[in-house]
Amino acid sequence: MQENEKMSHENDNDEHHLPANGDNGTESHDHDHDHDHDHDHDHDHDHHHEESFISKYIFSLDHKMIGKQFLVYGLLMFFVGGGLALLFRWQLAYPERPIPIIGASQQYIDEGEVATGADKMWERIYESDKEEWLEVNMPSGVITPAFYNMLFTMHATIMVFFVVVPILVGAFGNFLIPLMIGTRDMAFPVLNMLSFWLAVLAAVIMTVGFFVPGGHAAAGWTGYAPLSADPQWTGVDWGQNLWAISLLIQGFSSLVGSINYITTVINMRAPGMTFFRLPLVIWSLFIVAILLLLAFPVLSSALALLIFDRLAGTTFFTSTAEGGGDPLLWQHLFWFFGHPEVYILILPGMGIASEMIPVFSRKPVFGYKSMVYAMIAIAFLGWIVWGHHMFQSGMQPSLGAFFMTTTMLIAVPSAIKTFNWLGTLFRGSIRFTTPMLHSIAFVSMFVIGGLSGIYMANTPVDIYIHDTYYIVAHIHYVVFGGSLFAIFGGVIYWYPKMYGRYMNDTLSKIHFWLTFISFNCTFFPMHILGIGGHMRRISDPTQYEFLQGFQGMNIFITMSAFTLGFAQLILLFNFFWSMSRGKVAEKNPWNVNTLEWEAPTPVPHGNFEQIPTVFRGPYEYSVPGEESDWIPQAQPEHAPATGGD
Amino acid sequence: MYKWLPFPENISTFGVGVDKLFMSIYWLTLIVFILVTITLVAFLIMYRHRPGHKAAYIEGSTKLEIIWTTATTVIVFGLALLSYPQWNKIKSPTQLPTPEVIVQVSAKQFNWDMTYPGPDGEFGTEDDLELENQLHVPEDKVVHIQLTSVDVIHSFFLPNLRLKQDALPNRFITVWFEAMETGNYEIACAELCGFEHFGMRGFLTVHSEADYEAWKAEMWPPQ
Ligand code: HEM
Ligand SMILES: [Cu+2]
Ligand SMILES: [Cu+2]
Repeated sequence: MQENEKMSHENDNDEHHLPANGDNGTESHDHDHDHDHDHDHDHDHDHHHEESFISKYIFSLDHKMIGKQFLVYGLLMFFVGGGLALLFRWQLAYPERPIPIIGASQQYIDEGEVATGADKMWERIYESDKEEWLEVNMPSGVITPAFYNMLFTMHATIMVFFVVVPILVGAFGNFLIPLMIGTRDMAFPVLNMLSFWLAVLAAVIMTVGFFVPGGHAAAGWTGYAPLSADPQWTGVDWGQNLWAISLLIQGFSSLVGSINYITTVINMRAPGMTFFRLPLVIWSLFIVAILLLLAFPVLSSALALLIFDRLAGTTFFTSTAEGGGDPLLWQHLFWFFGHPEVYILILPGMGIASEMIPVFSRKPVFGYKSMVYAMIAIAFLGWIVWGHHMFQSGMQPSLGAFFMTTTMLIAVPSAIKTFNWLGTLFRGSIRFTTPMLHSIAFVSMFVIGGLSGIYMANTPVDIYIHDTYYIVAHIHYVVFGGSLFAIFGGVIYWYPKMYGRYMNDTLSKIHFWLTFISFNCTFFPMHILGIGGHMRRISDPTQYEFLQGFQGMNIFITMSAFTLGFAQLILLFNFFWSMSRGKVAEKNPWNVNTLEWEAPTPVPHGNFEQIPTVFRGPYEYSVPGEESDWIPQAQPEHAPATGGD
Repeated sequence: MYKWLPFPENISTFGVGVDKLFMSIYWLTLIVFILVTITLVAFLIMYRHRPGHKAAYIEGSTKLEIIWTTATTVIVFGLALLSYPQWNKIKSPTQLPTPEVIVQVSAKQFNWDMTYPGPDGEFGTEDDLELENQLHVPEDKVVHIQLTSVDVIHSFFLPNLRLKQDALPNRFITVWFEAMETGNYEIACAELCGFEHFGMRGFLTVHSEADYEAWKAEMWPPQ
């Protein structure tokens, strides 16, 4: 930081000594960036020849293209994950009833006739003597209990590992970090490309799992051993192996990416861009990269041991009366990774919201430093709360007190962030653009999710609500209500920089309201189911007498879920349609201070014509005595140079 | 309980405390939620963009940060302090009340095997009684459940008793309860344990003192 402070002074007299900028930071070239265009773009990977389609769109080394690749990847997987959820939601609303359109009609099942529509398909399947995939998993279009377990396992696995993390970290991380810290690319562009293609490989392997004999992993996204450790308990053979292998690869992809982010943020900030002038979203991505770097190896080792148990006959996670390993070891390893992972899912969301709220309130973010410290506190506390997932697991109960205390404490930085967002709105001049609507939804949904966390952090109350729909509600309020609303908002907000066009605002608004309403109709009632004792992960609640009364609510939830799913099609359409048809956007359509908007649109290879110099913090809006209500970070004239400090 | 919250009826002694705690958190979080939402909505309306209106330049307030950090810390610690004794009372292995009835429960895919000691009051003897999915206990007596599993992890969930405990293979975990109402209730498996997880259902019968003796006389005839 000291060094950077010095650097910014040097730059005040316009000398452009820019150490390490644009280079990969490992060698310290101290070359002058003159205004010669070619020289400016001179760094290892950037050649000024016409790029072929393949090197531009497929094996791209450009952080922006890799970011967009991750975005499209994440959005496509979002539809796979969502589709799986709709399938099992049908089963929960109407257990044992064939799925409409793809399932056989009741008449067909009863009488074996009526050969119209889907019935034809089922007839053909019944007549062929092959063991058809559909017939095994959904005879006549009714989801079997084993398939049900596969569906929710893969729904959560895909959403967590293949949607939210790739979009938040892969897409926003890649696109925003170099642009917002003012550099030309990531520190290690080749590693960056590797990170994306590893993620693709992982997704392919994960998909293949559906079609292997025995079916896909069915032990939940948490993969508790011994259920996951031995095929005899589930009948799932290679599905579970592929699940583990795919996650190992995905972990490697995240690891490579995180090393890249950390190096880039530490070494390649533009002159004058001190740590305390970093936009909050960059702080969040930086912290998340550190969390990923430290957390994923724990999951990877657990997965490796699981694979040994399954394929090499070891007993790390299984026990026999004579000895062997311990099933709780898996849970400790999984949650030691898993809790930091859930913060990986939310911190960049918080960062994204923290960008949009000041911009659309035309006000500095309230308590910049306390926002940063709160994120750091969350990142530290996140390592010592994992036991809150294991209160009822048979872990020594006296540990419960410790984990309850740390978990309750983590609510404090969460509350600080919420109050600061409210403080940012206070006496602002709020514009209700669609990204802002998403940010507001983010804050209020996150509040609900954080508050429901307190119930479960409370050990005696958790005895009752653990493993019920209460947790399902909590998860979705934080991850869907939180992270996904931030993602939607962020996509709309940065779309003009990514694709040079706006997304269609009418469609965006329709998508927002439909999503906001149907999201709440889908997930709020789940709190009530949880209070009623409705267990999670059961394929047929009507088996239980004490759950009979909830069937109406389950049907309502399913209807809302289908609406929610439909609303996302609008987003998908709008996203791809606007790439070529959207209104062309100007360079800085929202009047934002941060550096990504200094770059020309569409952003060229190498990002900036000239590396900007930073003179102030990122949130100088409505500064008294100024004519304009925003002062870009790179604008020299008004150099109070204290910025966010 | 509050009618708008569809809790199944509580019949256990410690369940009263659990429900009270739930309700304290309920009121606490409800108030916080309402205050935050009112503030949010008020700000959105009061500070909406109007022509000629400029936002104030406010970077933050150390005083406010200190106030709300301290306040939330105090509240969550207070809540934690309230909960420690409850948790220890229910789950601490060193604070188990002396049992008047002991039943061994062994979970297996996808049943609950309940073993009663039989007339000699000892487990592992010939007169042990084994029942599938049927747990019979007397009212107002401390019951110990010695819980284990023979295959994967299950979770012994008695909604009406506000009791849940995972059953682990090759570990024996003792949990206790004291039921205050007679009647028939359901037992569920709360931890995913395989494809029939949803059907792993058991039944709890709480007998009155006299009924229980009659049930014993019928099921455990003295040799
Ligand atoms: C105020 C902050 C929070 C508190 C006090 C809290 C507390 C808890 C507790 C105690 C559990 C375990 C409940 C149980 O298994 O019985 C839990 C589960 C969970 N939480 Fe949170 N949480 C908070 C915020 C978050 C955030 C920000 C996220 C993610 C973005 C998150 C994601 C999850 C997930 C995914 C699970 C369930 C994992 C599973 O069993 O499948 N939580 N939370
Ligand atoms: Cu956690
Ligand atoms: Cu079970």
